[in-house]
Amino acid sequence: MTISILTFIIMIIVGVAALVFIAVSAMFLIWWERKVSAHIQTRYGPMRVGWHGALQSVADVIKLLLKENITPAGVDMLAWWFAPFFAVVPSVMVFALAGRDLNIGALYIMALTSICVLGIFMAGWGSNNKYSLLGGMRSAAQIISYEIPLILALVTAVMFAGTLSMQKIVEAQKDMWFVFHPNMAVAFLIFLIAGTAEVNRTPFDIPEAESELVAGFHTEYSGMKFAMFFLGEYTNMFIISALAAALFLGGWNGPFLPPVIWFLIKTYGIVTLLMWIRWTLPRLRVDQLMGFAWKVLTPLAFANLAVAGWVLLR
Amino acid sequence: MDYTPVKEDIATEEFWVNMGPQHPSTHGVLRLELKLSGETVVDSIVHIGYLHRSIEKIAEKRTYTQFIPFTDRLDYLASMNNNLAYVLAAEKLMGIEANDRAKYIRVIMAELGRIASHLFGITTFTQDLGAFATPLFYGMREREKIVELFDDICGQRLTYNYMRIGGVSRDLPNGADDKIKKIISYMRPKIDDLEAMFSKNRIFTARTKGIGVLTAEKAVSYSVTGPNLRASGVKWDLRKDEPYLVYDKFDFNIPTGKNGDAWDRYKVRMDEMRESLRIAEQAVLGLPEGDPTVKAGKIFRPAPGQAYMRSENPRGELGFYIVSDGSPIPYRMKIRSPSFSNIAVLPELINGLKVADAVCVLGSLDVVMGEIDR
Repeated sequence: MTISILTFIIMIIVGVAALVFIAVSAMFLIWWERKVSAHIQTRYGPMRVGWHGALQSVADVIKLLLKENITPAGVDMLAWWFAPFFAVVPSVMVFALAGRDLNIGALYIMALTSICVLGIFMAGWGSNNKYSLLGGMRSAAQIISYEIPLILALVTAVMFAGTLSMQKIVEAQKDMWFVFHPNMAVAFLIFLIAGTAEVNRTPFDIPEAESELVAGFHTEYSGMKFAMFFLGEYTNMFIISALAAALFLGGWNGPFLPPVIWFLIKTYGIVTLLMWIRWTLPRLRVDQLMGFAWKVLTPLAFANLAVAGWVLLR
Repeated sequence: MDYTPVKEDIATEEFWVNMGPQHPSTHGVLRLELKLSGETVVDSIVHIGYLHRSIEKIAEKRTYTQFIPFTDRLDYLASMNNNLAYVLAAEKLMGIEANDRAKYIRVIMAELGRIASHLFGITTFTQDLGAFATPLFYGMREREKIVELFDDICGQRLTYNYMRIGGVSRDLPNGADDKIKKIISYMRPKIDDLEAMFSKNRIFTARTKGIGVLTAEKAVSYSVTGPNLRASGVKWDLRKDEPYLVYDKFDFNIPTGKNGDAWDRYKVRMDEMRESLRIAEQAVLGLPEGDPTVKAGKIFRPAPGQAYMRSENPRGELGFYIVSDGSPIPYRMKIRSPSFSNIAVLPELINGLKVADAVCVLGSLDVVMGEIDR
């Protein structure tokens, strides 16, 4: 296969554009989260840098870029250095799907988002810090547990659409969003709960439980490495919300407005919902969390899947 | 819940984790050494002393009045109550009694101080449970009303230095009693709101019920006092059992718990705030006329002797033992601080629990390092 220079240049431009979108999106989400949480908590949040602190994230990124990159003594160099990349690169790779039709799109996304746990576990192990180790272990256990109901909920959507291609799943919802089907409504709830756990947010934020583990797996990271984890976390949140919007809320289908706008509205709506939950609820304990995943969510997802199969074949 | 090691094929190892003195949920500079087996606490050691300022020794170099501001720094979340406890002890030593208006003002201040302290205690506890900052900010918003009132009355927001031996430093300013009434009527629905946020929250109940059970016998044998003792079902409150000031004139209940778990400790504090509002309301309605202030800069020379006086602080019994040798400065002072006894019971409660529960139990005991280390 030969690639012409022109195609190569276009690929680079598209790639850079995707990276810029990811970075800007994460920065926007960080600002948005700070604003949402502030207004929930009777505060204003950032107000000084730009209009209502709109440039606060830019200032933070500049600060993080200029910070010294501290490497504590006794770290496992390989794991320590590669962990931030493992946390962020898979999430970035998901964006390769944007605007493209891959016949196994749903599978591709789930496979990539599962890799992030590796980065978190490497960070926990490599930091040579007991808090990080606990955070990494919790994270591995949690993400693996919640992956199962998450995928089962996704499979329900795949069954209804009859395809793994994200494009076709969205097109199947042209007339009616999947979420209005009772089966899919249950799947949507399971997906949201498991998704919240997947991106480590309250009430499932035990990997970085501040009141217990200081900062969990990224306790020892500073500067740009820390920023990478942050970027990965917010990109993951965007991906989970975008997936929920595409699988259950009809993706880019909607009247009047252009499709891209509809898609972003739905995605950011779910992101805001996740933030709302985060700033309201306390955190579960690690064993309660596991119990909930294995005793409640997974059986429910399986039952839902079986019912969906029966409904489809009836 | 007893810890039983599980036999496994993979070699595992218990390890010590150092929690504090710099840790987000150790309420100051407490240091806990936890021996963990995975997530389970097997053994724990409490280290204190990181905030030691030798306040008891300082007392031997200050006149009786000069020492009042130092009591602000004991339990810095309830400075008003510390002031009160100290001046009561000094008054007992000197045989002085404040007039009625001063007593009523003291009661109002102490009860509002208790509410402010409990608001802080409950909301930091929920923060330890992972309800990140939102309840804390709500609690702070409510507490702000009380702090502003104190600011109006004595010119300070945290270290009030308001009580004086034989009275208070200044009378209530004009309109202060209306302000107090307004705060009381504002606070009632807000406390209900705060309770609604937690009491019916499934996650909150799952995290607190049955966690860190402190039996009544154990509580008494460790001389745990305050809401922590009452949560274990022991109905002991100095305001009722050994009434000081004018507490015997007011109608109020002593809320108690049943099981002595983290939930009961939280619930007792919630209910206590309502009772405090009742006391403050009765006090402000019955506020007598008179001049509660005392002459500034007076040097007291109590006769040689000793006195011990305890009073009900938000965190338990705060006692001052003062020995006088006839000079203007105390010969010796010993402070019996409630948090010191309350923290001593911590290892008994957290061994065998998960790390997250250890943090939960510590938060539910609501200790302040300022008075543990003194």
